[in-house]
Amino acid sequence: MVERRPALAVITHLVLLLGVALVAFPVYVTFVASTQTAEQIVQAPMSLVPGDRLLHNYAAVLTGSEGGTGSAAPVGRMMWVSLVTALTIALGKIIISLLSAFAIVYFRFPFRYFFFWAIFVTLMLPVEVRIAPTYQVVSDLGMLNTYAGLTVPLIASATATFLFRQFFLTVPDELAEAARMDGAGPMRFFWDVLLPLSRTSIAALFVIQFIYGWNQYLWPLLVTTEENMYPVVMGIKRMIAGGDAVNEWNLIMATALLAMLPPALVVLLMQKWFVKGLVETEK
Amino acid sequence: MEKRVRFRSAWLPWALLAPQLAIISIFFFWPAAQALLQSVQMQDAFGTSTEFIGLENFRRLFNDELYLYSFRVTAVFSLLVAGFGLIIALVLAVFADRAIRGASFYKTLMVWPYAVAPAVAGVLWLFMFAPSIGMVSFWLRAAGFDWNHLLNPDHAMALIVMAAVWKQISYNFLFFLAGLQSIPRSLIEAAAIDGAGPWRRFWTIVFPLLSPTTFFLLVINIVYAFFETFAIVDAATQGGPGRATTILVYKVYYDGFKGMDLGSSAAQSVVLMVIVITLTVVQFRYIEKRVQY
Repeated sequence: MVERRPALAVITHLVLLLGVALVAFPVYVTFVASTQTAEQIVQAPMSLVPGDRLLHNYAAVLTGSEGGTGSAAPVGRMMWVSLVTALTIALGKIIISLLSAFAIVYFRFPFRYFFFWAIFVTLMLPVEVRIAPTYQVVSDLGMLNTYAGLTVPLIASATATFLFRQFFLTVPDELAEAARMDGAGPMRFFWDVLLPLSRTSIAALFVIQFIYGWNQYLWPLLVTTEENMYPVVMGIKRMIAGGDAVNEWNLIMATALLAMLPPALVVLLMQKWFVKGLVETEK
Repeated sequence: MEKRVRFRSAWLPWALLAPQLAIISIFFFWPAAQALLQSVQMQDAFGTSTEFIGLENFRRLFNDELYLYSFRVTAVFSLLVAGFGLIIALVLAVFADRAIRGASFYKTLMVWPYAVAPAVAGVLWLFMFAPSIGMVSFWLRAAGFDWNHLLNPDHAMALIVMAAVWKQISYNFLFFLAGLQSIPRSLIEAAAIDGAGPWRRFWTIVFPLLSPTTFFLLVINIVYAFFETFAIVDAATQGGPGRATTILVYKVYYDGFKGMDLGSSAAQSVVLMVIVITLTVVQFRYIEKRVQY
């Protein structure tokens, strides 16, 4: 702060607290709703004090033992599907991008630039603009309702390849020279030198891509038709079936909170890498 | 930039590239080519014969009232999302930049909505604003405002805008804060010594220096509103009431999978591709040149 203005300092904190409250309010309502009975919620307005059904509701959704008019698939299973999907997408993207970037930077071979641009152009082809034909391909390959179908089509990554290429270009040539003189082959160099150097970039990308994978909605909506392959983000939508009063809102809100938890934890625990990852993948 | 030191191998680079190339050819380029092809064809109802019809699908699309309406809906939606998202995030970032004490505390509390899935954001806001049981809709009614997004198109639009902005604020906030923190303190101190107050300093120094970040975020937010809000719309309003919140991406999905009109859906995909390509080019031109100020 440049000058001392006590009034402004008070306003500053008031505005920020208001912002934080605004951001947190929907989640607080969700939490409160998830601790009440469905009947308590339906009496408008519902109480803003947590109820006593916390454990009961969460146990009910995780095992799928109670359901309203909508889907009552066990959320425990959905969380597992989401976890496997998000991890596969995040790690898959990182691995194939590391390999491609390594090939493009450290080797000279025909059509090198052509391949680089081909990977780069996929940035302009998000799932949303080619849904019907991509669905057709996945269904022809018999990948509907499988983990492969949920993950493989999303694994290509222009941003990750681009980021690793930029990073490899900044790695001093002397390292590769020294490795070659010591008789290390390319894969040995990749594994023992390049990979340890890329640790922070990998961590940063992991946070971003894990969230991307966990939050997928449109794609699972197309390729999964069986309840035991629903990721949780999509499963919530399936629980909302009828009008306002028919839904088991307490269970839906418990599921929503469970669905938010893993990615929110990843962001909070890895905040440093998350911010770095965001800023770097976008530039 | 080029590396001086390289490894030599006839097959290794191909093997390293193979996984990524396989995925992008099978799941990106082949479907994109299919979309291009289908957009100039017409299939009969049973899918037994296809006929080349040139640009007929596009001609029909742009004469279709519903499609043009969906274009307008998307334009209004993305302007509102980008506008509100940027203004709210900028205000919060400016104040967070001022608050020396507690800045990282506020930052931590502000970033996590980034992790919330758009579909979940849609459900949360739907729950708060549900006409018969939602608590905010109850408060609004108590204040004499009859909220019903199931019947009123403007209310439905407001609902998805709020959910989309809420989800995006953390992202904009982080970029604005980073931008603000990179402005040299000496400039601001010099202005303060010359007698410029905080308000004046913001408009004459901070805001102009922030214009590259603002422009970058504007493009990103429009892309977000166009392509990443499908889940919010599907969870909160399903494109209704009527067609009032049917954004372009929702319409492609609806026509392709519910309406089974493949030719039209493919033509819409091609239009969307053109929009993404334009936005991406704009974004990268900006990175090369930066905005002049």
